[in-house]
Amino acid sequence: MITELGHFALILAFFTACFQAIVPLIGAQRRMPGWIAVAEPAATLQFLLTATSFAALTYAFVYSDFSLQLVVNNSHTAKPLLYKITGVWGNHEGSMLLWVLIVTLFGAMVAWFGGNLPPGLRARVLAVQAMIGVAFFAFILFTSNPFLRLAVPPFDGRDLNPLLQDPGLAFHPPFLYLGYVGLSMTFSFAVAALIEGRVDAAWGRWVRPYTLAAWIFLTIGIGLGSWWAYYELGWGGFWFWDPVENASFMPWLIAAALLHSSIVVEKRESLKSWTILLAIIAFGFSMIGAFITRSGVITSVHAFANDPERGVFLLGILAIFMLGGLTLFAARAGVMQAKGVFGLMSRESMLVVNNILLCVAAFVVFVGTIWPLIAELFFDRKLSVGPPFFNLAFTPFMVALGLILPVGAMLPWKRAKLGRVLKTLRWPFLLALAIGALAWAMQSGRSALGPVGLFLAAWLISGSAVDLWGRTGRGADRLRRLRRLPRADWGKAVAHAGLGVTIAGVAAMMAWEVEDIRVVQVGESFDLAGFTITLDGVREVQGPNFLSTTGDITLSRAGDVIATMHPEKRIYPVAGMPTTEAALNNGFLRDIYVVIGDPQANGGWAVRSYYKPLANWIWGGSILMALGGALSLSDRRYRVAAGARKAPRAGVPAE
Amino acid sequence: MKRLVLCLILLMSPAWAVQPDEVLDDPVLEERARELSKGLRCLVCRNESIDDSNADLARDLRLLVRERLVAGDTDAEAIAFIVDRYGEYVLLKPQSGGSNLLLWLAGPVMLLLAGVTGVVYLRRRSAATAPAEAGLSDAEEARLKEIMKE
Repeated sequence: MITELGHFALILAFFTACFQAIVPLIGAQRRMPGWIAVAEPAATLQFLLTATSFAALTYAFVYSDFSLQLVVNNSHTAKPLLYKITGVWGNHEGSMLLWVLIVTLFGAMVAWFGGNLPPGLRARVLAVQAMIGVAFFAFILFTSNPFLRLAVPPFDGRDLNPLLQDPGLAFHPPFLYLGYVGLSMTFSFAVAALIEGRVDAAWGRWVRPYTLAAWIFLTIGIGLGSWWAYYELGWGGFWFWDPVENASFMPWLIAAALLHSSIVVEKRESLKSWTILLAIIAFGFSMIGAFITRSGVITSVHAFANDPERGVFLLGILAIFMLGGLTLFAARAGVMQAKGVFGLMSRESMLVVNNILLCVAAFVVFVGTIWPLIAELFFDRKLSVGPPFFNLAFTPFMVALGLILPVGAMLPWKRAKLGRVLKTLRWPFLLALAIGALAWAMQSGRSALGPVGLFLAAWLISGSAVDLWGRTGRGADRLRRLRRLPRADWGKAVAHAGLGVTIAGVAAMMAWEVEDIRVVQVGESFDLAGFTITLDGVREVQGPNFLSTTGDITLSRAGDVIATMHPEKRIYPVAGMPTTEAALNNGFLRDIYVVIGDPQANGGWAVRSYYKPLANWIWGGSILMALGGALSLSDRRYRVAAGARKAPRAGVPAE
Repeated sequence: MKRLVLCLILLMSPAWAVQPDEVLDDPVLEERARELSKGLRCLVCRNESIDDSNADLARDLRLLVRERLVAGDTDAEAIAFIVDRYGEYVLLKPQSGGSNLLLWLAGPVMLLLAGVTGVVYLRRRSAATAPAEAGLSDAEEARLKEIMKE
């Protein structure tokens, strides 16, 4: 019964979206207030209906309703409650439902908090957002319906993929979707502005919170995914340049570029058409991500409902929205004239360079990701493009970006004197050089990666600090003024420093990791990078829905016990899958990472252990970047709802 | 119960990425073997190198790489040996010859294009004179001020 209600609500939501996609658009074009006003309640209704539908599916998962095919395939009565709930989006159909739920949520947010938008623009934004909704509702209803029943329900389900039964991965998809779909909002704003034919500073300010929110969610989502891969996959890698990872990374890069270019629109009324184009492309990359994950054209570790029919449908959606958006852009680009005039050496120019670097980097990732497909289609070559290519082709862009970032962040708008900024930055630069040189001198190998990474990190972090301090002016009281600087300034400094922290972590981990693989007898010890690891014993443990072989390992240094660690090998009998649960000892400067393997024929156990320098900095930096974004978002100047009530309602602006 | 668990574990345990018994005695050779296997793809997996993969085929390839190195092959010869047998699909770092030139040049060429476009744009902007302030109507200007004040 509840399932049918959910199904019905989903169908109703589809029709509401159809209605919302058409009526407000006509209303805005012909300036009919009643037709315009329809957009808000429609958006709210659409969200409530989708939420009902999602709640119904969650209910079915929580109560293990095995008359639903989806529940049978992805759940089991013995599964812990948390994973019953996260199992809702741990599969193709459910995750698409989550996807549209977020599409409608963003639409509803514009309806609820977009009171300061001109009614015409708001109606158009909501209409475009509803069009996206229509496409994905149709996709769900026609190709991947989560509410399909089974005539003969089995007694129990087939369990969720054990790899997904993990807190890190449980929350990785929702954040990523919030990010992907947040970019649908910027797309809607861009298309609405194109239809309306005007892009000005106010538009830049309206769209910025959504871009920022999308970027924050993408940052958290990607960070969670990489953290999960690090501790779950059993060899401590954090980034594999897998097509699906790239699919989330490209929108992140483009969103970062969009974030910076929309500042130029907002402050200087330049780069308008470029920003609009980026907004369209950013959402395009989000949908390419959906396409890559779900169509199976490119093989990836995230095999997830590989169905050609769905792939074609998604490709159709992608083509319609991109062709539509770009055609509109071509027709209207002339309307958007830049106003701001600025010198070659200015904040604007540096932001242009930032955009070039980020976008070309995204382009490189894109080409690398689809190259196997192109090579096979056009050149009849079956080949792979893997981490060695990406590391080589992508890293230079990040190095260049890191080098110019502190300078660009401090240059004044319009016309700037480079010398003055460089003079302020000479101490951070010398400090960074010293740290890089120290790393070079202390390392045993001859790799440039580690020292360069630490140099960049120190340069970014200290550069951000100097920038922030410089904003407090002169004289006494600087500390108090530092505290009272606008949140956006703090956000900028924190996010840029976070990038530095992540770079340090990535570089150190790639350059100075120590690995040890050996057979260890129970009671035996061995050394790893100055630590002593002792295998005390191995036990069999029974978990709720798995069986585990748990090792008891003591980690010590110079005789002092630091921790006992419990690496596990688990088997999920229902899903018939083994997983490794690595044991981690986290430290500020290093992680010790231990994995237990198979019992050996002549006694003893295979043990892999790693010393991972600065490992936590990778995710610490991601958290800092997200925090910086959140600080910036909370700046009162950007608060979406601010002024909603006080501002007088203006009429529909001229076409 | 305990026996059942052990049976299950033995039955289902994955062959593991780089087993202790594969490791070569010579640390220099082993280091080279690890480097090489990071660049070779496990053919039956999805986008994993043989160094990371726990498939049986990956193990065979790892052993093959070590065999070639022990037999005295240089890195390039060992790679060529494997590419001859398994095709260029095994290479995670694609060769730069032929049509792959497009792949390798895509980034630099795009950077060049974007750079030239950027410089042209920036020069135009710095040469332009500010247009007359006719962008916003009075009402809109007032509204914008209102928003900025918030």
